[in-house]
Amino acid sequence: MQYIIDNPDIVWTRTLEHLQLVAGAILLAALVGVPLGILISRVRWLELPVLNLSGVLYTVPSLAFFAILIPYTGLGRTTATTALAVYSLLAIVRNTAVGMDEVPAATVDAARGMGMTGFQLLWQVQLPLALPYIFAGLRIATVAAIGIATIAAVVGAGGLGRLIFDGIRRLDSNVVIAGAIMSILLALLADLLFSRLALLLRPDLRASAERG
Amino acid sequence: MITLEHVSKIFRSGGQTIRAVDDVSFEVAEGELCVLIGPSGSGKTTTMRMINRLESISEGTITINGRNVVDMNEVELRRSIGYVIQQGGLFPHFTVADNVAVVPRLLGWPKKKRRQRAEELLELVGLDPALHADRYPKQLSGGQQQRVGVARALAADAPIILMDEPFGAVDPITRKQLQRWLRQIQADVQKTIVFVTHDINEAFLLGDRIVLMNDGAIEQNGEPAELLREPASDFVREFIGDEFALQALEHTRISELAKPKRAAVTDDAVVIPGTLTIPEASVEVAHADGAGGEGFWVANEAGEPEGYVTYHDLAAALGEGIVSDSSVNGQTDAERKEEPDDAVHHR
Repeated sequence: MQYIIDNPDIVWTRTLEHLQLVAGAILLAALVGVPLGILISRVRWLELPVLNLSGVLYTVPSLAFFAILIPYTGLGRTTATTALAVYSLLAIVRNTAVGMDEVPAATVDAARGMGMTGFQLLWQVQLPLALPYIFAGLRIATVAAIGIATIAAVVGAGGLGRLIFDGIRRLDSNVVIAGAIMSILLALLADLLFSRLALLLRPDLRASAERG
Repeated sequence: MITLEHVSKIFRSGGQTIRAVDDVSFEVAEGELCVLIGPSGSGKTTTMRMINRLESISEGTITINGRNVVDMNEVELRRSIGYVIQQGGLFPHFTVADNVAVVPRLLGWPKKKRRQRAEELLELVGLDPALHADRYPKQLSGGQQQRVGVARALAADAPIILMDEPFGAVDPITRKQLQRWLRQIQADVQKTIVFVTHDINEAFLLGDRIVLMNDGAIEQNGEPAELLREPASDFVREFIGDEFALQALEHTRISELAKPKRAAVTDDAVVIPGTLTIPEASVEVAHADGAGGEGFWVANEAGEPEGYVTYHDLAAALGEGIVSDSSVNGQTDAERKEEPDDAVHHR
């Protein structure tokens, strides 16, 4: 704690780096994962191979993953972002697919029967209804990525991992703890952000089910 | 006017060909409420869904006011036809007003006009806009949700409405209220409605015309009284008889429906014992040989014709599922339509 108070600049810089790293990775994973989740909810035979593949990728040890990527993406943020995005994929794809499946068939039928085009159905009905699931996936992925991203310091991507590794090297537990605290704070904040955002986009979830 | 000519729906699965709808032809006149009824798997829902092309038409043609639906743009066709399904198929993430205004929004109406139209329709279906417009569907009772579903189908003023068991998911009392309410609304708006149900009471209560289907084909197409007077097949007799036999009418004697008639009992008149229950009587009448006429005679215990029951009254009683006082007192069905809305507003 003392370290944070004494070195606010360094801690702030590392935290911002960390945030950028995770945000970039989640954004990338969402851009790939949400469409992929929609796809496998429609093309059923793709579901198993896609989920299995992202499941297998998820089990690759992170340290090894960074090492494997270095020859292709070099040292630095690209490698870290790629690896984090791949780890985030499973939660996002799976939750999107589950969310799409959970949209009641009757609601989809009503939407089509009233003359919605395929895109209108997706954008106005299916995605909003699947949103709590998709956001749950993003939340899980983000919280996990904030933790895993500390390891990204070994490939020179910066972030809070730098504090932790520096602390270990200098045998200064204060620095390690500072990195850990900030990482935990970030995770809690991300958790809060996503649940708030979901309620903001789906005000009906906030409305009490009490009948008026 | 909706016209179906030799319409079939053929599903092919694993080399097998299933004719879910088999050579169906009928017409729904403008302003008419046509009920499609039959056991599950009879093809009634599929038939309805071919009208707005939610199901493709395998054979035959469906025209609306002379235009073949296949030649129309699918999306435009559906926007021009109201569509109501079980539980209204409301969007849980839309407010009640937004749910009502879905089609107007698709049609690009300005926001203000949409809101105005939604409030207008909520009032029409008996929901106070000030109270309900900005709520979400889950905050409404099942019966209220169904009303919103109907309001939504009326929003863009489509002349045709398709209803797929719209009241199937509510309790029997609410259902009866909704049915009476719909009959009143229909008297006002005079839409051309195709209404799918498996509830025979509902069919008799609401239908200007009943199309009874079995195994993908039409068993009989006629007015409710016609189905009772001249059932076209054993299936029609049994379907109507069996369905009604299970209901409260079982405990009501046909003699309670009878009214005095100052006319001679002709030789070929149908006479049935007054001790029969109403479902038994409807089966008996369906099997009876004799000149149809307006109705049939009900005999007293001595076997003498004492009162007269018109097919119309029988159909009405079967529709209500109960013998209402008004029908015993000799009120006509049309008069009964004028009754104030007795629907309970759930709070």
